[in-house]
Amino acid sequence: MITIKLFGITREIVGQPILELAEPIDTVGQLKDFMMITYPKIKALNSLLIAVNSEYAQDEQLLTSTDEIALIPPVSGG
Amino acid sequence: MELVLVTNKPLDTQAIIKSVESPDGGAVNVFIGTVRNATKGKAVLKLEFEAYEPMATKELTKIVKRAKSKWPILKVVVHHRTGVMQIGEVPVVIAVATAHRGAGFEACQFIIDTLKETVPIWKKEFFKDGEVWVAAHP
Repeated sequence: MITIKLFGITREIVGQPILELAEPIDTVGQLKDFMMITYPKIKALNSLLIAVNSEYAQDEQLLTSTDEIALIPPVSGG
Repeated sequence: MELVLVTNKPLDTQAIIKSVESPDGGAVNVFIGTVRNATKGKAVLKLEFEAYEPMATKELTKIVKRAKSKWPILKVVVHHRTGVMQIGEVPVVIAVATAHRGAGFEACQFIIDTLKETVPIWKKEFFKDGEVWVAAHP
């Protein structure tokens, strides 16, 4: 089980701020693929990054149930 | 005064500027972001900013560190506000004190440009007929 924090447009697409996933998702890349397949509107975004323990993560990075995982849609601060 | 801050409270621009003043400084360069009343010719009613706060603070701290390694910065403060803001309100203030103006201009621009690229903060524009997350779609 992994827990995903959601912000901005991805929070609105999924319809909740936290998502718990029991699917066999081992890596950042697999999580991206799962989210884009499950929520086609996420695939339409300019970009999708994943943060693990509040650092941007590469697709190969492994995910564990204790990680703090967040979806990062295109940022627009400032 | 926190050097880097993401807060849902109004920013105190004057206090931020004051906090970077130092006797060896020859310049204080300040960037103040303000909520504009239109985007691409369309009237904007208000903005809402949302942040992944712990990571936003971490990324801002990295940007400040990079800026300090590139330019001789005496003091630097970066504050970003979240929540709903009306036209003219201030979502971001960056103040950089340097001995000479050139480094201050460059460092200030680097900080705001990089902030817009890497810091997990999101902005939603509200129009009369709808709302849009900025930069989300091509």
